[in-house]
Amino acid sequence: MNNEHRPYTLIAELTYRCPLRCPYCSNPSDFAGRGDEIDTDTWLRVFQEAEALGVVQLNLTGGEPLLRDDLEQLVEGAGKLELYTNLITSGIPLTFERLSRLRTLGLDSVQVSIQSSGPSVSDRIAGAPSFNRKLDAMQWVTSLALPLTMNAVLHRENISDVEALIALAERVSADRLELANTQYLGWALKNRVALLPTREQIERARTVAIEAKMRLRGKMEVLFITPDYYSEYPKSCMEGWGRRFIVVNPEGLALPCHLAHTIPGLHFEQVMQSRLADIWHHSAGFNRFRGEDWLPDPCRTCERRALDFGGCRCQAFHVVGDAGMTDPICSLAPGHGHIESARAQANRTTEIPVLFDYRTGRGCSSR
Amino acid sequence: MIFTKVRPRLSPKVRLKFDRRTDRYLLLYPETGLELNKSAMAIVHLCTGEWTIDEMVDHLIRVYTDVSPDEIRREVCGFLDVLADRGLLQRVS
Repeated sequence: MNNEHRPYTLIAELTYRCPLRCPYCSNPSDFAGRGDEIDTDTWLRVFQEAEALGVVQLNLTGGEPLLRDDLEQLVEGAGKLELYTNLITSGIPLTFERLSRLRTLGLDSVQVSIQSSGPSVSDRIAGAPSFNRKLDAMQWVTSLALPLTMNAVLHRENISDVEALIALAERVSADRLELANTQYLGWALKNRVALLPTREQIERARTVAIEAKMRLRGKMEVLFITPDYYSEYPKSCMEGWGRRFIVVNPEGLALPCHLAHTIPGLHFEQVMQSRLADIWHHSAGFNRFRGEDWLPDPCRTCERRALDFGGCRCQAFHVVGDAGMTDPICSLAPGHGHIESARAQANRTTEIPVLFDYRTGRGCSSR
Repeated sequence: MIFTKVRPRLSPKVRLKFDRRTDRYLLLYPETGLELNKSAMAIVHLCTGEWTIDEMVDHLIRVYTDVSPDEIRREVCGFLDVLADRGLLQRVS
């Protein structure tokens, strides 16, 4: 089998429902009116087909995956396939008993999101009281000897809080700390004015993170994920379109990334109707941005094309209006002016508090 | 960084999985993994908490007679560094 296009990770978005309302949610911002979630048997078949395709890592995510009543069955099914199974959760609603059961059934690791280092800011960003329950959840994870990743999405409101976030991760004995700057797509793009930090804020946070990474080496892995708005070149989004990842969304649509279906004109298929292998190898949507034939200028002749594959297609569409163009992050891209003006705006608005447009829709708390 | 008297052991979060597509082992850990080549696999096999790094190197020098001892030592320390960086080793002293 050709290993150039081999999925290693299946991202199973089990539901778009979530008790939190974070303004940077990676779910599509128009999901409220969407259809039903696919059922247990379909997910179990998808796991099997994914394993046969080469997948070894399974991320159970959402929305909030704990809202699925069949999570136990799904974890058990994944365990039988020897997939390395990661639960990506807000930690709510969870009990020690349920987590303990999931562990027995084969859960391998847990990632808990945290919005800030203290309850008031964290709850405000999450749009629901949640901080103390998250602390409980993290403590249960480590007491069951499951590896814990603490994930904090960084933005203007909490980026000066990085020291305290690191201290919190140490206090809860996290095995890994992800300090991930917001990716400005979906809800985060709607809220970009309120969320995008200045370059100075980013540089300060990065320095703190690097110091912690050295200090905690061997004890806790510290990852600082820079926002691409302050990079000179784009990221290799999803390590290349249809190359290493498959996302299956709550309705059963198989996708190269969380938001690929928000690009108009691309055709994606349902796991209810086709086998995952057929979708992966033959669907028009997965093949649209594979390889180099589709590359626009200046990527076509750029020596970085094998590193970044032209960057993020969704960003090209949502920021510039054409998914076939170079990611506007790239300083060489024709659409780069959009990014420069967003940075300039971040500098102008540092002192002005900006309100979030909270994520809304099915399953969100109404307060 | 690496002290040669310690006895490295793989962290319990690590799972080794034989990959039938590439005939290699994958070292899986939360949300990601490493594909191991032949020499990485030989080193990982010795990360049981029983071998000191010096003993690992000596053992591998005896097994891989076609590779220079210096290169073996460099490879062992380099790869253990990679593992330690990602928090994949426990030290048993």
